[in-house]
Amino acid sequence: MKNNVLIKTENLVKNYPMGGRKFTALNDINLSFNSGEFTGLVGPSGSGKTTLLNIVGALDNPSEGHAVVIGKDTSQLNHRESAQLRNEHLGFIFQTFNLLSVYNVFENVEFPLLLLGMSAEDRKKDVLQALEWVGLSDKVKSRPAQLSGGECQRVAVARAMVKKPKIVLADEPTANLDAANSYNILDMMVSLNKELNSTFLFATHDEKVIKYLRRVITLTDGKVVQDIEKTPEPNNA
Amino acid sequence: MLTIKLAFRNIVGAGLRTWLNVFVLSFAFVAILWIQGLINGQAKQIMNLMIDTELGGGQFWHKDYEPFDPLTLEESHGPVPAALEDLISSKRATPILITSGAIYPDGRVQSALLKGIDPDQVILDIPADILKKDSPVTIPALIGTRMAKQTKLMLGDYVTIRWRDIHGTFDAADIQIARVMNTNSPAIDMGQIWLPLDRMREMMQAPDEATLIVLEKDIQSVPGGSEEWIYRGLDFLLKDVVEIMKTKTASSSILYALLMAMALLAIFDTQVLSIFRRRKEMGTLMALGMTRGGVIKLFTLEGALHGILALIMGAVYGIPLLYLTAVKGLPLPTDAIDQMGIAMPSVLYPSYSLWLIGGTTFLVFITVTVVSFLPTRKIAKLKPTDALRGKLS
Ligand SMILES: Nc1ncnc2c1ncn2[C@@H]1O[C@H](COP(=O)(O)OP(=O)(O)OP(=O)(O)O)[C@@H](O)[C@H]1O
Ligand SMILES: [Mg+2]
Repeated sequence: MKNNVLIKTENLVKNYPMGGRKFTALNDINLSFNSGEFTGLVGPSGSGKTTLLNIVGALDNPSEGHAVVIGKDTSQLNHRESAQLRNEHLGFIFQTFNLLSVYNVFENVEFPLLLLGMSAEDRKKDVLQALEWVGLSDKVKSRPAQLSGGECQRVAVARAMVKKPKIVLADEPTANLDAANSYNILDMMVSLNKELNSTFLFATHDEKVIKYLRRVITLTDGKVVQDIEKTPEPNNA
Repeated sequence: MLTIKLAFRNIVGAGLRTWLNVFVLSFAFVAILWIQGLINGQAKQIMNLMIDTELGGGQFWHKDYEPFDPLTLEESHGPVPAALEDLISSKRATPILITSGAIYPDGRVQSALLKGIDPDQVILDIPADILKKDSPVTIPALIGTRMAKQTKLMLGDYVTIRWRDIHGTFDAADIQIARVMNTNSPAIDMGQIWLPLDRMREMMQAPDEATLIVLEKDIQSVPGGSEEWIYRGLDFLLKDVVEIMKTKTASSSILYALLMAMALLAIFDTQVLSIFRRRKEMGTLMALGMTRGGVIKLFTLEGALHGILALIMGAVYGIPLLYLTAVKGLPLPTDAIDQMGIAMPSVLYPSYSLWLIGGTTFLVFITVTVVSFLPTRKIAKLKPTDALRGKLS
């Protein structure tokens, strides 16, 4: 499969105002990510992982430099265009799952497809398929409150994957899960990564996640200090 | 379309909280309609009652007549104008002669208005025909229940009255109570004694004179007035009632405001709390690709849907309720009637105009939407990242 560049950051800097002065959360980040990657941003707390993920996800703008995502410079996009970029090409998985509590499992997964304006028939087909990927075909009608943490995160994965996005951004997706559920989710993501060739970008300090990564980028104080490719060592337990 | 679908999903999904809000809102809606309907109905009824018992289709007043100044009564009478004679003889107008006098029940003196009315008149809803059984000896008199209470007079009682004729000479006579009438209109009751017009003219030494002339209801063409006789249309005669009704409407609009405020507070509360409690949800919606405008539209529509559901729910229990009171009426306690001091029907029939229903519906819907929109605007300032972290910028 041809590995074209999906994400590219150029001299990316993010400052936050902090009591009159500015705090530099990201400092001169130059990275590029190809399609089909399974990559993690690691590093101590406060090193800028979430900040970088948010900028790549067009949820936030850089203070200096550029982030080009699927050919679009995110800082040049207006609200509508960045929403469209997220809608069409990005899938988010959050540490706290962020399911819509008044919707059932089906409706949660269906949501991104509604925004895409797909027909009811197509939506149903895709949602059921996504729920099959994550093994929740029997919980279609359940509300998030009736699910375990692991099940919630699987719904979130299904919601991120249902539109087969080019990029999946996952911020500490396993932080609220026990080991068994973490491995379960990770195995699922690896197989989806292979099947759909989506690029996965994690922000994590979970060793279990790091074991699965094929590329590990270490951030410290907003700077890239290490960027290595490695062979994943998935859990066999 | 999508926004409507999502908003509907959200408020149905919110369950009990939604229905509670919807109920409170629908309650305010129905209560406003009900109260306003009663006030409108009451106004209509009071005016009709006054027209039936007191005002007719308009009046001619002697130029010196001033109803709130009894002292004017000595001067305010004159010969019935020729222009009205035809109307009077065809019973489409009736003259009334008024003077102030005194009455001596149990030897104590009380002042009273003496009113002469034609026993054959068919214009006012006053049982004047009782004054027909006129004998040369006794003068029959008609009083209302309130006057009977004031004077402790009963049917068949004799009582002495005193008055001055038009030349200023005092005179006295005995009258007999021929009937105590029960009327909803204090204006033809309190402090008054109705006497046969002919006897009254004799007593006053004022043949063919009158103080005012009442025209029939729905009179087609009103003859022109003169310097002596001034035409008073219903606009003029009902001015005070209209004024009272206006202040009543004003005070009831305070009640409305309270009812609406209560209802809107429920919505506002839900919406404002939403902005805090549902920040993360908003962030999530944005991360999933919804625009800010879309989120604002969604949350505003959720509020507006409360309004629509409230209108539907209000219709479900409101229509039977409003219909029932409109058909059966609402009986008023008699005390309340007398306290008002103006003509009051004993059973209130609300009147719901299309304008009232449409206006209230529109008002409820618009205010709910605006109240939902205002806090939602805050979302526009929310950065997706802050929203996701549950922070309000
Ligand atoms: N909105 C903000 N305003 C000010 N400072 C911020 C803001 N968001 C993040 N920061 C700061 O930027 C730095 C990087 O934050 P970030 O959330 O990216 O760290 P992280 O690597 O994700 O940490 P963790 O592993 O704890 O999640 C932190 O020092 C944080 O305090
Ligand atoms: Mg973080």
